[in-house]
Amino acid sequence: MPSNKSVSDAPIVQFTNCRILRDHQLQREDLWVREGKILNPEKLFFDEKGSADVQLDCKDSIIAPGFIDVQINGGFGVDFSLATDDFKSGIDLVSQKILSHGVTSFCPTLVTSPPSVYHQVLPQINVRNGGTHGAGILGAHLEGPFISKEKKGAHPEHCLRTFEAGAFQDLLATYGSLNSVQIVTLAPEMRRSSEVIRELTKRGICVSLGHSVANLSQAEEAVQHGATFITHLFNAMLPFHHRDPGIVGLLTSDKIPAGRRVFYGMISDGIHTNPAALRIAHRAHPKGLVLVTDAIAGMGLAPGRHTLGQQVVEIDGLNTYIAGTKTLSGSVATMDTCVRHFQEATGCSVETALEAASLHPAQLLGIEHKKGTLNYDSDADFLMLNDSLYVQATYIAGEEVWRQDVSGM
Amino acid sequence: MKLIILENYSQASEWAAKYIRNRIVQFGPGPGRFFTLGLPTGLPRDHPESYHSFMWNNFFKHIDISPENVHILDGNAPDLQAECDAFEEKIKAAGGIELFVGGIGPDGHIAFNEPGSSLVSRTRVKTLAMDTILANARFFDGDLSKVPTMALTVGVGTVMDAREVMILITGAHKAFALYKAIEDGVNHMWTVSAFQQHPNTVFVCDEDATLELKVKTVKYFKGLMLVHNKLVEPLYSMKEMGAERSQAKKPYSD
Repeated sequence: MPSNKSVSDAPIVQFTNCRILRDHQLQREDLWVREGKILNPEKLFFDEKGSADVQLDCKDSIIAPGFIDVQINGGFGVDFSLATDDFKSGIDLVSQKILSHGVTSFCPTLVTSPPSVYHQVLPQINVRNGGTHGAGILGAHLEGPFISKEKKGAHPEHCLRTFEAGAFQDLLATYGSLNSVQIVTLAPEMRRSSEVIRELTKRGICVSLGHSVANLSQAEEAVQHGATFITHLFNAMLPFHHRDPGIVGLLTSDKIPAGRRVFYGMISDGIHTNPAALRIAHRAHPKGLVLVTDAIAGMGLAPGRHTLGQQVVEIDGLNTYIAGTKTLSGSVATMDTCVRHFQEATGCSVETALEAASLHPAQLLGIEHKKGTLNYDSDADFLMLNDSLYVQATYIAGEEVWRQDVSGM
Repeated sequence: MKLIILENYSQASEWAAKYIRNRIVQFGPGPGRFFTLGLPTGLPRDHPESYHSFMWNNFFKHIDISPENVHILDGNAPDLQAECDAFEEKIKAAGGIELFVGGIGPDGHIAFNEPGSSLVSRTRVKTLAMDTILANARFFDGDLSKVPTMALTVGVGTVMDAREVMILITGAHKAFALYKAIEDGVNHMWTVSAFQQHPNTVFVCDEDATLELKVKTVKYFKGLMLVHNKLVEPLYSMKEMGAERSQAKKPYSD
């Protein structure tokens, strides 16, 4: 069919025979892509009198926006908190391997580390688009060292710090540079945290509350100063108490500023959170749930010993503990496993499960105009999944970057 | 005319769809040989979303039509009468309308040819009747002041020039209009009645739309359904048509 496009000569691809996730529902519609973005076919038809150059039959797959993992500490033997010589190739390896889990954008996470590690590693993390080389990097997630001693979890105590002396300047000196930092997790009960939260928020960095013994009022105050996220809800914070719900109470707090939403990360690997607790959180505040993996270096590798920053961890099946203890330290679950487990445990719809890993993290980071949805003019980062939510193919900017090996599993 | 009476809205729609399909396939369209399907103009183009979106979502996106072969009257053209004249020329250039498919309003109008429109009118600018404005208000959030009061429309004469006309009428609220269209005389107050003088008209309706007709009329045409159904069974496809075209013939004519 002759194409007579007036806006651009770039090839137009039409994905047919599929169900796409749009407007919170799976709809039987075709997906049109041009120049790495989702295209509006009606405008193409009437305004440009254009048509598709290539039509691909998706064999009734589900097409969903690519997953966004905002908390991942490493994988496949790579540890983002270790300042090795081949750090860059390590991050490249992880970004390439997670394509098969459906992750198209991620935030490499650094656990509590000495300042030297931050100074060496952070300049090597660059915000960049994804592609055949791997998932896109949105920016680093710095989890610590400004966290509570009582709730350090797997983080090394000798590296914990406070900012009561110089507030934001202390933080800046510790990290070195905030250029490619997207999220910072801190404990809001620490002195001068309000100033730090305000300064970080002003610079467009998402502030997350975690590894903390804050009560609900301290947490609400932090939100009023700009905090918008909770790091792995339930883990490394005070348990919910009916007279002081603590950070968990933010899910139903009435002190959240108008027009803002508090998001919370959940590691739905079946281990970090009992399914009943997962359901309680989901039912209390479904629109804020963000699935994260909190994956560590051992993810994707055989069971055994691996590192997590300054610590040694032991992997046994899906459980990962600080070696010799029963302290959980990260997980080895993959993002698609988390999506499936979340859907099974809560009995929620397929659409809800998919949005918890795509739309919600995009909304958290304020990028939902270009990521996390299949709306017209968004980046064409999407997945083809079967009905059991197993990823069959991954696309970034409209290009296929991974496909399930048909001869394999 | 042929009056096809089906039980309900879905059956009427399906019969009409199969009929149109067979007509297109038997016509044997190809490069340079266009099957020109006429449809009444919907809302004025002023509302950028509604008419084009309606046509896109309900028709164009489901078929492989080439955008250059779609001609929609443009209500935003600088010279509206010239736009209408040009439209008539385009119809001629495409070889004339092979099949015109439309519905009727409760006031018996075809396209926007409101009561009182000339039965030999051509494509032109038309003021809309209050009934039509009220009906269209739903596209403008119920705000009557926003509803356009003029529309470009094909004329009754334009549609009469089509080689075949199919009118779809469903629902009890259209019953009186159907009665006026086929059991009363030709009258410019009920413009659809003009098709009594067209050699090839098919009216497809559901039971509810026949509520104002004489029992005798309804029984007569229901009795012909055996013959009429031969127009939709067998269902032809473009692939088979090569061999069969020589054998296909219409079961009877008007």
